[in-house]
Amino acid sequence: MKIHEYQAKEILREYGVPVPRGGVASTKEEVRKIAEELGGTVIVKAQIHAGGRGKGGGVKLAANADEAEEHAGNILGMNLVTHQTGAEGKEVQKVLIEEGIDIAQELYFGIVLDRVTGQLVLMASKEGGVEIEKVAAENPDAIMKEHIEPSVGIQPFQLRKLAFGLGLKGDAFREATRFFSKLIKAYEANDSSLVEINPLVITADDKVIALDAKMNFDDNALYKHKNIMDMRDLTEEDPYEVEASKFDLNYIKLDGNIGCMVNGAGLAMATMDIIKLSGGEPANFLDVGGAANVTTVENGFKILMSDKTIKAVLINIFGGIVRCDVVAKGVVEAAKNVKIDVPLIVRLEGTNAKEGREILENSSIDINVASDFSEGAQKAVELAKA
Amino acid sequence: MSILADKNTKLLVQGITGSEGSFHTKQMVEYGTTIVAGVTPGKGGDNFENIPVFNTVAEAVLNTGANASVIFVPPPFAADAIMESANAGVELVICITEGIPTLDMVKVNEYLKGGTTRLVGPNCPGLITPGEAKIGIMPGFIATPGRVGVISRSGTLTYEAVDQLTKQGLGQSTCIGIGGDPIIGSSFKDLLRLFEADEDTDAVVMIGEIGGSAEEEAADYVKSEMTKPVIGFIAGQTAPPGKRMGHAGAIIAGGKGTAAEKMKVLRDAGIHVTENPSGLGELTKKVLG
Repeated sequence: MKIHEYQAKEILREYGVPVPRGGVASTKEEVRKIAEELGGTVIVKAQIHAGGRGKGGGVKLAANADEAEEHAGNILGMNLVTHQTGAEGKEVQKVLIEEGIDIAQELYFGIVLDRVTGQLVLMASKEGGVEIEKVAAENPDAIMKEHIEPSVGIQPFQLRKLAFGLGLKGDAFREATRFFSKLIKAYEANDSSLVEINPLVITADDKVIALDAKMNFDDNALYKHKNIMDMRDLTEEDPYEVEASKFDLNYIKLDGNIGCMVNGAGLAMATMDIIKLSGGEPANFLDVGGAANVTTVENGFKILMSDKTIKAVLINIFGGIVRCDVVAKGVVEAAKNVKIDVPLIVRLEGTNAKEGREILENSSIDINVASDFSEGAQKAVELAKA
Repeated sequence: MSILADKNTKLLVQGITGSEGSFHTKQMVEYGTTIVAGVTPGKGGDNFENIPVFNTVAEAVLNTGANASVIFVPPPFAADAIMESANAGVELVICITEGIPTLDMVKVNEYLKGGTTRLVGPNCPGLITPGEAKIGIMPGFIATPGRVGVISRSGTLTYEAVDQLTKQGLGQSTCIGIGGDPIIGSSFKDLLRLFEADEDTDAVVMIGEIGGSAEEEAADYVKSEMTKPVIGFIAGQTAPPGKRMGHAGAIIAGGKGTAAEKMKVLRDAGIHVTENPSGLGELTKKVLG
């Protein structure tokens, strides 16, 4: 799960990680009030989940409260387009107003899981303020790494290595090691899946501050953290995906016009692949899961039918635990409530495949039966073009 | 022969009285798997379908000589269940549970280091050695005894591959789903090594997906040490970056872990790669001649 910058900074503040003074606002009046309280130069930052906000015009410097209000007027409600939002952009509903910081140096610090070692890894780089993926690709040696041994936790020498490696001395050095250690606590205590401080700033008077903050969380661990779950902002997510998640369906909207409904994530990805291989474009990823019943299939099917860009639907089910007759019943139930106005191609294999096909053939729904995976995809592509 | 499990495997089921555990226990028994014990804390002394239930794994092992465990307990308790089995000296632990917090698995991973327990999963369908043992939730009827090994990160896509092999007249030695999470007990590489050493396996079908670098590590191993042919596929050629495709580990992060990249590495290592997931059976047949 993703949260906003201002929410991440609230969490970091709780753990004693230094962040700029500031407040979040959704109206110009609130912006003025916060800017006046802060005094002097402030920064107005659009709050959307995507990165690249500055380049898109979502981050502005203001010399005083008047300017802050003016910038906020432009940013609030704007459709912010960045390299991460896609062409359609994101509407800005909130801005974060923060004190201006006298920056001496911009660095990078991140914590993430290293899947190879199965341990958390700390990453630090002198090249702050730019995309770390770019640094990793162009100059991998510029990123220092330290792994956390789960049995003993992070050791002080590791933090010193990173701080010295960043070229820090004196007060800034000491503050940085404390900063890193508090950040690790914030990560571990909240079951994060990613923390990125980019840039991590050293001020002219040797303070260490998280100028920006990004925190993602492990969906599997959200049951332990109600406070984090409450930070979920549904307006940042695709409405179809939100609807699907209510029914425990894994759904991701894509750009093509062939809808697909599959059991299992791997088979769902493979189905998208074979649609593409057959000359079509998948409209979505939809995994009805290993425990699909009539209701989940019905709801999944309704979501597909509500997407008007879809020109054909391919149902690909390999029954194991999930029985094909159950899936067929779900489709028949859905058809009672939603009009099916696109060709439907069905491939059922595995447990009770024959019974499933009979249910569909005996229903009033017009279906095209495919005997295998690739035939299903080819038919779907042909019928979508017709 | 086969790898990991056969007719001599003595299985215990953790979470045997839960709805998933009880359903699949019946299926496994029906397949012919030898299940010697169940574990549900607080229900020790009970019986489930004539299988004795114990309070702890240690007791179950002591009383029945169980040497493998399959875990069906809910996600908040699954990491603990894995470590309990390892502590009791169980050689093979297969964790079916989906949704275990990653930081719990970081601890499990550390706990298992240097020990003798092999973990498969979590978030996996388990394994089948056709005609001998089925541990987990794979449908037994699709597999037939034979000489091709199957390793996959996915569940139903494994069934698809096994079904294709069977239709080509190619039976399987052992089929294993290794799981779709970021931290898993056994990697492609670990299992390729076992198949390489197994005299009843002639070739291995390996089904990867986007995210992480497990396929790349496997390719390294294949290139340097494997003599048997490997047939590969990577799911997620059309997956958009930054989106988690159902499996917690299936995500293209920071431009890394794409299907195209993985397929290239596999090909460079001499693995027979198909871009078409419906062509796995046919390609394997061709490779085996």
